[in-house]
Amino acid sequence: MSGIIGRKVGMTSIYGADGRNVACTVIEAGPCVVTQVKNVETDGYKAVQLAFDERKEKNTPKALKGHFSKAGTTPKKFVVEFSDFREEFEGQVTLGNEIKVGEVFVEGDFVDAIGTSKGKGFQGVVKRHGFGGVGQQTHGQHNRGRAPGSIGGASYPARVFKGLRMAGQTGNKRVKTLNLRVIKIIPEDNIVIVSGSVPGANNSMVILEK
Amino acid sequence: MSEIIKKIEAESNEKRNSLPSFNSGDTVNVHVKIREGNKERIQQFQGVVLQRKNKGSNGETFTVRKISGGIGVQRIFPVLSPNLEKIEVIRRGKVRRAKLNYLKGRHGKSARIKEKL
Repeated sequence: MSGIIGRKVGMTSIYGADGRNVACTVIEAGPCVVTQVKNVETDGYKAVQLAFDERKEKNTPKALKGHFSKAGTTPKKFVVEFSDFREEFEGQVTLGNEIKVGEVFVEGDFVDAIGTSKGKGFQGVVKRHGFGGVGQQTHGQHNRGRAPGSIGGASYPARVFKGLRMAGQTGNKRVKTLNLRVIKIIPEDNIVIVSGSVPGANNSMVILEK
Repeated sequence: MSEIIKKIEAESNEKRNSLPSFNSGDTVNVHVKIREGNKERIQQFQGVVLQRKNKGSNGETFTVRKISGGIGVQRIFPVLSPNLEKIEVIRRGKVRRAKLNYLKGRHGKSARIKEKL
Protein backbone atom coordinates (compact mmCIF):
# COMPACT_ATOMS: atom_id res chain seq x y z
CA MET A 1 0.00 0.00 0.00
CA SER A 2 1.58 3.24 -1.08
CA GLY A 3 0.81 6.50 0.63
CA ILE A 4 1.97 9.84 1.90
CA ILE A 5 1.79 11.89 5.07
CA GLY A 6 0.11 15.29 5.07
CA ARG A 7 -1.53 18.03 7.02
CA LYS A 8 -5.20 18.89 6.83
CA VAL A 9 -5.58 22.50 5.69
CA GLY A 10 -9.36 22.84 5.67
CA MET A 11 -12.45 22.32 3.59
CA THR A 12 -13.96 24.07 0.60
CA SER A 13 -16.09 23.08 -2.36
CA ILE A 14 -15.32 22.70 -6.03
CA TYR A 15 -17.52 22.48 -9.12
CA GLY A 16 -16.94 19.41 -11.26
CA ALA A 17 -17.21 19.32 -15.02
CA ASP A 18 -20.79 18.07 -14.73
CA GLY A 19 -21.76 21.13 -12.70
CA ARG A 20 -22.01 19.39 -9.35
CA ASN A 21 -20.64 21.22 -6.34
CA VAL A 22 -18.51 18.74 -4.40
CA ALA A 23 -17.44 19.31 -0.80
CA CYS A 24 -13.74 18.57 -0.53
CA THR A 25 -10.82 18.66 1.88
CA VAL A 26 -7.54 20.35 1.09
CA ILE A 27 -4.47 18.47 2.31
CA GLU A 28 -0.89 19.66 2.20
CA ALA A 29 0.81 16.34 1.51
CA GLY A 30 4.53 15.81 1.53
CA PRO A 31 7.19 16.08 0.37
CA CYS A 32 8.05 13.11 2.57
CA VAL A 33 11.54 11.72 3.11
CA VAL A 34 12.28 8.01 3.12
CA THR A 35 13.94 7.47 6.49
CA GLN A 36 14.15 3.68 6.42
CA VAL A 37 13.60 0.86 3.98
CA LYS A 38 12.78 -2.41 5.71
CA ASN A 39 13.25 -5.73 3.97
CA VAL A 40 12.68 -9.39 4.70
CA GLU A 41 16.38 -10.22 5.30
CA THR A 42 17.08 -7.71 8.06
CA ASP A 43 13.65 -6.82 9.47
CA GLY A 44 11.51 -9.84 8.65
CA TYR A 45 9.01 -7.86 6.59
CA LYS A 46 8.84 -5.31 3.79
CA ALA A 47 8.01 -1.69 4.57
CA VAL A 48 8.96 1.87 3.80
CA GLN A 49 9.22 4.48 6.52
CA LEU A 50 8.36 8.06 5.57
CA ALA A 51 8.82 11.27 7.57
CA PHE A 52 7.07 14.59 7.17
CA ASP A 53 7.19 18.14 8.54
CA GLU A 54 10.09 19.99 10.12
CA ARG A 55 10.86 19.65 13.80
CA LYS A 56 13.08 21.82 15.94
CA GLU A 57 16.49 20.26 16.51
CA LYS A 58 16.46 21.11 20.24
CA ASN A 59 13.17 19.24 20.70
CA THR A 60 14.40 16.09 19.03
CA PRO A 61 15.74 13.20 21.13
CA LYS A 62 19.30 12.16 20.30
CA ALA A 63 18.22 8.71 19.20
CA LEU A 64 15.87 10.19 16.60
CA LYS A 65 18.49 12.71 15.49
CA GLY A 66 20.75 9.79 14.68
CA HIS A 67 17.96 8.06 12.81
CA PHE A 68 17.27 11.12 10.65
CA SER A 69 20.93 11.90 10.03
CA LYS A 70 21.36 8.34 8.73
CA ALA A 71 18.87 9.25 6.01
CA GLY A 72 20.72 12.52 5.49
CA THR A 73 17.79 14.74 6.43
CA THR A 74 16.72 17.23 9.09
CA PRO A 75 14.58 16.11 12.08
CA LYS A 76 10.93 15.52 11.21
CA LYS A 77 7.73 15.58 13.22
CA PHE A 78 5.83 12.59 11.92
CA VAL A 79 7.21 9.18 11.04
CA VAL A 80 4.91 6.59 9.49
CA GLU A 81 5.55 3.15 8.07
CA PHE A 82 3.86 1.94 4.90
CA SER A 83 3.90 -1.76 4.12
CA ASP A 84 4.25 -2.73 0.47
CA PHE A 85 4.84 0.43 -1.47
CA ARG A 86 3.60 0.01 -5.03
CA GLU A 87 5.76 -1.93 -7.46
CA GLU A 88 6.76 1.02 -9.63
CA PHE A 89 8.28 2.67 -6.58
CA GLU A 90 10.71 -0.20 -6.01
CA GLY A 91 13.57 1.70 -7.60
CA GLN A 92 12.64 5.09 -6.14
CA VAL A 93 12.32 4.33 -2.47
CA THR A 94 15.89 4.55 -1.37
CA LEU A 95 17.10 6.00 1.89
CA GLY A 96 16.93 9.80 1.96
CA ASN A 97 14.85 10.07 -1.20
CA GLU A 98 12.09 12.62 -1.34
CA ILE A 99 8.58 11.49 -2.30
CA LYS A 100 6.09 14.02 -3.62
CA VAL A 101 2.34 13.79 -3.82
CA GLY A 102 2.25 13.86 -7.61
CA GLU A 103 4.39 10.73 -7.73
CA VAL A 104 2.11 8.70 -5.48
CA PHE A 105 -1.40 9.65 -6.61
CA VAL A 106 -3.03 10.73 -9.83
CA GLU A 107 -6.31 12.60 -10.18
CA GLY A 108 -9.25 10.24 -10.02
CA ASP A 109 -7.62 7.77 -7.61
CA PHE A 110 -9.54 6.54 -4.61
CA VAL A 111 -7.59 6.96 -1.38
CA ASP A 112 -8.14 6.28 2.30
CA ALA A 113 -7.48 9.02 4.85
CA ILE A 114 -6.36 8.25 8.39
CA GLY A 115 -6.46 10.89 11.10
CA THR A 116 -7.24 11.46 14.75
CA SER A 117 -10.85 12.54 15.12
CA LYS A 118 -11.76 15.66 17.07
CA GLY A 119 -12.10 14.90 20.80
CA LYS A 120 -15.61 15.24 22.17
CA GLY A 121 -14.87 14.31 25.78
CA PHE A 122 -17.01 11.95 27.88
CA GLN A 123 -20.30 11.70 26.04
CA GLY A 124 -23.58 9.89 26.63
CA VAL A 125 -24.99 7.16 24.44
CA VAL A 126 -27.17 9.50 22.36
CA LYS A 127 -24.18 11.39 20.95
CA ARG A 128 -21.69 8.51 21.12
CA HIS A 129 -23.72 5.69 19.60
CA GLY A 130 -26.75 7.41 18.15
CA PHE A 131 -29.26 5.96 20.62
CA GLY A 132 -32.72 7.44 20.40
CA GLY A 133 -33.01 8.31 24.08
CA VAL A 134 -35.83 7.03 26.22
CA GLY A 135 -38.55 8.71 24.23
CA GLN A 136 -41.39 10.12 26.26
CA GLN A 137 -41.03 13.35 28.11
CA THR A 138 -44.57 13.42 29.49
CA HIS A 139 -46.61 10.97 31.63
CA GLY A 140 -44.65 11.76 34.74
CA GLN A 141 -41.29 10.95 33.19
CA HIS A 142 -38.43 13.23 34.03
CA ASN A 143 -34.68 13.26 34.32
CA ARG A 144 -33.87 10.43 31.91
CA GLY A 145 -34.64 11.62 28.40
CA ARG A 146 -31.14 10.73 27.14
CA ALA A 147 -30.52 7.67 29.33
CA PRO A 148 -29.44 4.38 27.71
CA GLY A 149 -32.37 2.33 29.10
CA SER A 150 -31.95 -1.29 30.20
CA ILE A 151 -28.50 -2.85 29.88
CA GLY A 152 -29.62 -6.47 30.39
CA GLY A 153 -31.83 -8.87 32.33
CA ALA A 154 -31.51 -9.21 36.11
CA SER A 155 -32.08 -12.97 36.41
CA TYR A 156 -30.84 -13.99 32.98
CA PRO A 157 -28.13 -13.43 31.84
CA ALA A 158 -27.63 -11.77 35.25
CA ARG A 159 -24.59 -9.95 33.92
CA VAL A 160 -23.79 -7.22 31.45
CA PHE A 161 -22.46 -8.41 28.11
CA LYS A 162 -18.96 -7.37 27.16
CA GLY A 163 -18.78 -4.61 24.60
CA LEU A 164 -22.25 -3.26 25.41
CA ARG A 165 -22.47 0.26 24.08
CA MET A 166 -22.37 2.76 26.93
CA ALA A 167 -21.30 6.33 27.64
CA GLY A 168 -17.59 7.17 27.48
CA GLN A 169 -14.78 9.03 25.78
CA THR A 170 -15.85 10.07 22.31
CA GLY A 171 -13.58 11.12 19.49
CA ASN A 172 -9.82 11.72 19.77
CA LYS A 173 -9.36 8.30 18.21
CA ARG A 174 -7.64 7.02 15.09
CA VAL A 175 -10.23 6.98 12.32
CA LYS A 176 -9.93 5.85 8.71
CA THR A 177 -12.23 7.25 6.03
CA LEU A 178 -12.39 5.01 2.99
CA ASN A 179 -12.52 5.73 -0.75
CA LEU A 180 -12.12 9.48 -1.06
CA ARG A 181 -11.70 10.53 -4.67
CA VAL A 182 -8.65 12.61 -5.54
CA ILE A 183 -10.20 15.63 -7.24
CA LYS A 184 -7.13 17.69 -7.90
CA ILE A 185 -3.39 17.65 -7.33
CA ILE A 186 -1.34 20.85 -7.33
CA PRO A 187 2.23 19.50 -7.41
CA GLU A 188 4.01 22.85 -7.09
CA ASP A 189 2.30 23.58 -3.74
CA ASN A 190 2.24 19.92 -2.61
CA ILE A 191 -1.52 20.12 -2.37
CA VAL A 192 -3.98 17.31 -2.84
CA ILE A 193 -7.74 17.89 -2.80
CA VAL A 194 -9.94 14.92 -1.94
CA SER A 195 -13.71 14.67 -2.00
CA GLY A 196 -15.59 14.59 1.27
CA SER A 197 -14.37 15.06 4.81
CA VAL A 198 -11.27 13.79 6.55
CA PRO A 199 -11.08 12.98 10.28
CA GLY A 200 -9.41 15.48 12.59
CA ALA A 201 -9.07 19.20 13.12
CA ASN A 202 -7.40 21.58 10.70
CA ASN A 203 -3.59 21.43 10.88
CA SER A 204 -3.69 17.86 12.20
CA MET A 205 -1.75 15.03 10.60
CA VAL A 206 -3.43 12.95 7.90
CA ILE A 207 -2.13 9.76 6.31
CA LEU A 208 -3.31 9.13 2.76
CA GLU A 209 -3.13 5.58 1.47
CA LYS A 210 -3.88 3.96 -1.83
CA MET B 1 -9.12 31.18 6.40
CA SER B 2 -5.88 29.59 5.38
CA GLU B 3 -3.81 31.13 2.60
CA ILE B 4 -3.83 27.89 0.65
CA ILE B 5 -7.62 27.70 0.56
CA LYS B 6 -7.82 31.35 -0.46
CA LYS B 7 -5.53 30.55 -3.35
CA ILE B 8 -7.72 27.63 -4.41
CA GLU B 9 -10.86 29.73 -4.18
CA ALA B 10 -9.32 32.67 -6.07
CA GLU B 11 -10.48 31.10 -9.31
CA SER B 12 -14.11 31.19 -8.24
CA ASN B 13 -13.74 34.76 -6.97
CA GLU B 14 -12.68 35.75 -10.45
CA LYS B 15 -15.79 34.17 -11.85
CA ARG B 16 -17.95 35.85 -9.24
CA ASN B 17 -16.58 39.27 -10.14
CA SER B 18 -17.35 38.69 -13.80
CA LEU B 19 -21.05 38.16 -13.05
CA PRO B 20 -23.50 41.06 -13.03
CA SER B 21 -24.49 42.21 -9.56
CA PHE B 22 -28.07 41.35 -8.70
CA ASN B 23 -30.02 40.90 -5.53
CA SER B 24 -33.43 39.92 -4.23
CA GLY B 25 -36.23 41.76 -6.00
CA ASP B 26 -34.42 41.94 -9.32
CA THR B 27 -35.85 40.25 -12.39
CA VAL B 28 -33.25 38.09 -14.10
CA ASN B 29 -33.07 35.86 -17.11
CA VAL B 30 -30.92 32.80 -16.40
CA HIS B 31 -29.48 30.86 -19.33
CA VAL B 32 -29.04 27.25 -18.21
CA LYS B 33 -27.09 24.64 -20.16
CA ILE B 34 -29.04 21.43 -20.46
CA ARG B 35 -27.45 18.23 -21.71
CA GLU B 36 -29.69 15.77 -23.50
CA GLY B 37 -27.68 12.74 -24.49
CA ASN B 38 -24.78 14.21 -26.41
CA LYS B 39 -26.52 17.41 -27.38
CA GLU B 40 -26.35 20.56 -25.32
CA ARG B 41 -28.89 23.35 -25.50
CA ILE B 42 -29.69 26.50 -23.57
CA GLN B 43 -32.87 26.91 -21.57
CA GLN B 44 -33.94 30.26 -20.24
CA PHE B 45 -35.57 30.83 -16.92
CA GLN B 46 -36.84 34.32 -16.25
CA GLY B 47 -38.25 35.49 -12.95
CA VAL B 48 -37.83 37.44 -9.76
CA VAL B 49 -34.88 36.70 -7.48
CA LEU B 50 -36.30 35.75 -4.08
CA GLN B 51 -33.02 35.42 -2.21
CA ARG B 52 -29.31 34.84 -2.37
CA LYS B 53 -27.93 32.35 0.10
CA ASN B 54 -24.43 31.65 1.49
CA LYS B 55 -22.91 34.78 0.01
CA GLY B 56 -19.17 34.76 -0.40
CA SER B 57 -18.84 30.97 -0.39
CA ASN B 58 -18.30 28.66 -3.33
CA GLY B 59 -21.71 27.15 -2.68
CA GLU B 60 -23.62 30.41 -3.04
CA THR B 61 -27.11 29.95 -4.55
CA PHE B 62 -29.98 32.16 -5.64
CA THR B 63 -33.67 31.40 -5.98
CA VAL B 64 -35.69 32.57 -8.99
CA ARG B 65 -39.49 32.55 -9.01
CA LYS B 66 -41.75 32.86 -11.99
CA ILE B 67 -45.39 32.20 -12.76
CA SER B 68 -45.67 29.57 -15.45
CA GLY B 69 -49.16 28.78 -16.73
CA GLY B 70 -50.73 30.20 -13.62
CA ILE B 71 -48.56 28.09 -11.33
CA GLY B 72 -45.67 29.49 -9.34
CA VAL B 73 -42.33 27.82 -10.16
CA GLN B 74 -39.13 28.33 -8.21
CA ARG B 75 -35.65 27.21 -9.17
CA ILE B 76 -32.50 27.37 -7.15
CA PHE B 77 -29.25 27.93 -9.05
CA PRO B 78 -25.67 27.81 -7.76
CA VAL B 79 -24.17 31.19 -8.61
CA LEU B 80 -20.80 29.76 -9.69
CA SER B 81 -22.15 26.70 -11.46
CA PRO B 82 -20.47 25.94 -14.81
CA ASN B 83 -23.94 25.03 -16.11
CA LEU B 84 -25.02 28.65 -16.11
CA GLU B 85 -24.30 30.16 -19.50
CA LYS B 86 -25.10 33.70 -18.40
CA ILE B 87 -27.29 35.75 -16.09
CA GLU B 88 -29.06 38.79 -17.51
CA VAL B 89 -30.49 41.42 -15.20
CA ILE B 90 -33.68 42.70 -16.78
CA ARG B 91 -35.14 44.92 -14.09
CA ARG B 92 -33.92 46.19 -10.73
CA GLY B 93 -36.54 45.91 -8.02
CA LYS B 94 -36.91 48.08 -4.95
CA VAL B 95 -37.48 45.84 -1.94
CA ARG B 96 -36.94 46.23 1.79
CA ARG B 97 -36.16 42.63 2.55
CA ALA B 98 -33.28 40.25 1.73
CA LYS B 99 -35.59 37.23 1.47
CA LEU B 100 -38.83 37.75 -0.45
CA ASN B 101 -40.65 34.71 0.87
CA TYR B 102 -43.81 36.81 1.15
CA LEU B 103 -44.20 36.52 -2.62
CA LYS B 104 -45.13 32.86 -2.29
CA GLY B 105 -48.88 32.47 -2.50
CA ARG B 106 -49.32 35.96 -3.98
CA HIS B 107 -50.04 36.78 -7.58
CA GLY B 108 -51.16 39.69 -9.66
CA LYS B 109 -51.42 43.06 -7.99
CA SER B 110 -50.11 42.03 -4.58
CA ALA B 111 -47.00 40.42 -6.05
CA ARG B 112 -45.77 43.57 -7.78
CA ILE B 113 -42.33 44.96 -7.04
CA LYS B 114 -41.52 48.61 -7.62
CA GLU B 115 -38.71 49.36 -10.00
CA LYS B 116 -35.55 50.89 -8.64
CA LEU B 117 -34.61 53.87 -10.74
